[in-house]
Amino acid sequence: MLTTGRRNSWITTALAVAGLLVPIPAAGQPADFEPPRLSNGNPDLNGIWQALNAAHYDLEPHNARHAMQLREGPRGPLPDVPVLRLGAVGAVPGSMGFITGGGAIPYTDGARALKEENRAHWLERDPEIKCYLPGVPRATYMPFPFQIFQNEGNILIAYEFAGAVREIYLEDVGPAETDSWMGQSVGRWEGDTLVVEVTGQNDQTWFDRAGSHHTNQLRVTERYTLISADHIQYEATMEDPNVFTRPWTIRMPLYRRIEAGARLMDFKCVEFVEELIYGELRRTPLPR
Amino acid sequence: MANFAGRPCRASGSRNTGLRKGVVLAGMHTAVRIVIAFGLGCAAIVSAAGQEIPRTPDGRPDLSGTYDTATLTPLQRPEAFGDRLTLSEEEAAAIASGEPVALAAAFGIPAERNVESAPPTEAPPVGGDGSTGAAGGVGGYNTFWMDRGTSAFQIDGQWRTSIITDPPNGRRPPLTPEAQARAAEAAAFFRPNTGTAWWLTENGVDAPGPYDDPEIRPLAERCLLGFGSTSGPPMLPVLYNNLKRIVQTDDYVMILVEMVHDARIVRMNQEHAPPGVRSWLGDSVGHWEGDTLVVDTTNFNDTPALGGASRNLHVVERFTRIDADTLLYQFTVDDPTVWTVPWSGEYVWPATNDRVYEYACHEANYSFRGILGGARILEQDVREGR
Repeated sequence: MLTTGRRNSWITTALAVAGLLVPIPAAGQPADFEPPRLSNGNPDLNGIWQALNAAHYDLEPHNARHAMQLREGPRGPLPDVPVLRLGAVGAVPGSMGFITGGGAIPYTDGARALKEENRAHWLERDPEIKCYLPGVPRATYMPFPFQIFQNEGNILIAYEFAGAVREIYLEDVGPAETDSWMGQSVGRWEGDTLVVEVTGQNDQTWFDRAGSHHTNQLRVTERYTLISADHIQYEATMEDPNVFTRPWTIRMPLYRRIEAGARLMDFKCVEFVEELIYGELRRTPLPR
Repeated sequence: MANFAGRPCRASGSRNTGLRKGVVLAGMHTAVRIVIAFGLGCAAIVSAAGQEIPRTPDGRPDLSGTYDTATLTPLQRPEAFGDRLTLSEEEAAAIASGEPVALAAAFGIPAERNVESAPPTEAPPVGGDGSTGAAGGVGGYNTFWMDRGTSAFQIDGQWRTSIITDPPNGRRPPLTPEAQARAAEAAAFFRPNTGTAWWLTENGVDAPGPYDDPEIRPLAERCLLGFGSTSGPPMLPVLYNNLKRIVQTDDYVMILVEMVHDARIVRMNQEHAPPGVRSWLGDSVGHWEGDTLVVDTTNFNDTPALGGASRNLHVVERFTRIDADTLLYQFTVDDPTVWTVPWSGEYVWPATNDRVYEYACHEANYSFRGILGGARILEQDVREGR
């Protein structure tokens, strides 16, 4: 896909140079689909969107398994004690994975070992459990909707989970001044695809509930392409020389929430983790 | 870079304080603002009234932009002004020039502590260091962090004495008897930290205290909302982090509040949610009245951002872009279970080229552990006779 994207970029540039302003289909966009557009000609991505898949559990191909945190049983893995009572609700659905070309995240050996250790200590380590801002791309495929606000000069995304937000700057704002949870996003249009470069993320966020981690050298290149009135093809390419042996890309459709009254609901979630984080400091602590 | 006088020149470069998480002081959250040297990039056309304001392709005023709502004009008018709405030029100049001294005095911090963002490397002395207000007796803040503006605000060329315009004395109307009782109860519970578990020594070892559970602490301490109704509605200026970011589309107006990254999502030309659907920022629906955006908000949780208000709060806000660089913000607050009559106010939001930096509050809320854990230690001291 990288190759296709670059070719598209090159073609777009060539057409622009030639003065040919006919929109061309972006990667994954059916040739006969004409996206809705704003007055400046950019595809209109406004809407409430959501991924409908198991990416938030584990980006890699995997069979369904007993739980997000496991222990060894007499005949194979079993749910670890703290998640045992969740039963089927705590089990992990399987998926064919989301990494283009198949296979696993290309972690270095050491980084792979840390990922496995993270998974074994999921309850203590996953920032999602503490309601921390999810970072990019995890924010996109959390099991919660998000809303794109786009006009001719501005794009901002608000996420239901943790009330996360990020502005997508449409001009060069220079390197991120300091790290943050959601990073610094700078967008541009390549044909009908919105391409967003995300840098300046701290090293505290994960990619999924399977311990997939990164460092603050992570660079994410996202591609948002409308492929029908109600679907966005979403791609994100991850580069982080500290932990990956090569860049890797995930791809999944995002679905428009088309039901009447669809909206982002309150899910600040800080109030939902206070007992977990501070409960032992109550004057009269509850059983834990 | 640290500017004791308040806000540095925004056009001249960066106000990046170079701070990082991990070096913030107790009681302080990461808040770095970055200045960029770009214009607003809005196309402007001449309106019927002859004023140039940005407009959308379909001719609506375009409120999109970033605004700095800091002002030295207070919400409530100092009683000495009586019913006087405006300040003289001399009075306005005195307020602006007096701000550095007024701000430092409000925190009880010696001048030498007000020049750098670097935290003290040692714990404050037992019993506190004498700092007051938001500094919390432990030097939690110094005035480096404060940015409540550099002047009063003007409307139609007149400096204002208060944000509140109605009642005519510029002050909130009287509370209902029920609300008075609640306020008195709350006031008795919230005291500056004296270093003792006064709630035990004064009221008995089984008496309830202000730090018993997370749920009874202020919303800002819990990182649920910013303090002082910065998220609103109504959205009011506070000590720092006063930026508001608006992105307007045909169907929504999104207002990002710098503090605690709260996005208020105003649904245009829609009905309110059913009464049972409640949220921290309330349910906001909007419509246009001429060139003014009118936003109606109901369906609050039990404790809205506006201090003292209840779940019955109803706020109407009016946003009017009076020129390319200024937004007029007007509001009316009605909560008959709290205030005896509705009250209204207005102030201006100047556009800024600053960018809103992420305000990740909960993620680094080390202070909250300290607040609850500290109370447990003080209680233990009392029980063990220390």
